[in-house]
Amino acid sequence: MAKAKETVSRTLMVALVLSIAFSVVVSTAAVMLRPAQVKNQNLDIRSNMLAAAGMLEPGASAEEIEEAFSRFSVRLVDLDTGEYVEPSSVGVEDPMKYDMYKASSDPEMSTNILSAADKAGIKRRPNVAKVFTLEEEGELVRVVLPIHGYGLWSTLYGFVSLEGDANTIEGLGFYDHAETPGLGGEVDNPRWKSQWVGKEVYGEEREEPQIRLVKGGVSSNAPDKEHKVDALSGATLTSRGVENLVNYWMGDRGFAPYLKKLREGEV
Amino acid sequence: MADASAKQVLFEPIFSNNPIALQILGICSALAVTTSMNVTLVMCAAVIAVTAFSNLAVSLVRMQIPGSIRIIVQMTIIASLVIVVDQVLKAYAYEISKQLSVFVGLIITNCIVMGRAEGFAMKNGPWLSFLDGVGNGLGYSVMLIFVAFFRELLGAGSLFGVSLMPVVNEGGWYIPNGLLLLPPSAFFIIGLAIWGLRVWKPEQVEEPDYKMSRHTVKEAF
Repeated sequence: MAKAKETVSRTLMVALVLSIAFSVVVSTAAVMLRPAQVKNQNLDIRSNMLAAAGMLEPGASAEEIEEAFSRFSVRLVDLDTGEYVEPSSVGVEDPMKYDMYKASSDPEMSTNILSAADKAGIKRRPNVAKVFTLEEEGELVRVVLPIHGYGLWSTLYGFVSLEGDANTIEGLGFYDHAETPGLGGEVDNPRWKSQWVGKEVYGEEREEPQIRLVKGGVSSNAPDKEHKVDALSGATLTSRGVENLVNYWMGDRGFAPYLKKLREGEV
Repeated sequence: MADASAKQVLFEPIFSNNPIALQILGICSALAVTTSMNVTLVMCAAVIAVTAFSNLAVSLVRMQIPGSIRIIVQMTIIASLVIVVDQVLKAYAYEISKQLSVFVGLIITNCIVMGRAEGFAMKNGPWLSFLDGVGNGLGYSVMLIFVAFFRELLGAGSLFGVSLMPVVNEGGWYIPNGLLLLPPSAFFIIGLAIWGLRVWKPEQVEEPDYKMSRHTVKEAF
């Protein structure tokens, strides 16, 4: 037998049988676990949005997440005009299915950003973004916008939540980044994130976004303190990245046209 | 090796023949996944499952595997198991599988798994091979848990995510050691662990490769 197992035909036979056997094992596992995985992924996106917007207690159950999320309407916004668009214009039926980060790499669905204007360091920007709005009795009370941009090592992905005046920040957070743990990674620190609450994006004239991350903390009598947030200690480049990406997305090339229309009640 | 007892096979790899400390295998993931205890424990469970079942599967078909393709057959078995483990984690431990990211997939290239399949399972029966897989997985786990204990405790002031030493950033007194959150710190901890292990079990100390000869000075006359 020791000799017989070395023939070419037997070798091919063993290879074939093993390949078939293990492909059955792998595909069975993949197919059977698929529903649970899809559920996890959906829940993950929802809880990221809620957590970044500061609306989720840590350790919330799946039902609580679904409940909080279901109060929001998911809308697609054309960033250039600031108008809502139909999901069919980006080729999806359900706005939840639209992935703006995938769209950023599709030349037909995104725009190249000139390097001088590319403060957030993202190179391409999708034409259409997915936003979440919360209305109570016909009044807009909250709008959550996706933001992303380059820090020191990585692209930070997060959300910023604004109050109904489309100016006051209600929460900001990142759900995906690879900044240095303990330094830039402190963007996840709840104490740091809590400083953003109540800050104002725009000045009196509501034109350029004014957010600044300043070193050494923001004293209570600092000028423009409503626009200033304490920078992360030991993480100058991550702080600069966060400042730039927030100002980029709140600026004319980001959500400013949409937010302007929101304030004026045009959309 | 063929007549090794089950107990020996299961417990030797934990301290006497530890895959990380003595054979210096599987260092890559020991650096990458040891920043927190939760993540480490899941990684350990995944590695134990893969080494045990790949050893079992390889041992079951060892009589049928032609010598010319034995490595690729072992790889197929290991890779399939790793994919299954990865899928299970994605379905039932989504948060942790996100933190482990590519490192579950990289169990395929973990030398411990391959080394045990080729070095042990090809020559021994299924039951012993299974135990050997569990034992080596445990040996790997002991080292990882040791490393993760110090990295999480000193790097983040917590264990299993429960804060034990409140850190300064959250209003406490402990200034965390940032180095311990970065991969190179695991080298120091593994090095210290190997030192400790060899003081305890001096038979693990290797013969020096060469001896320094005594320094002599020849005076020129």
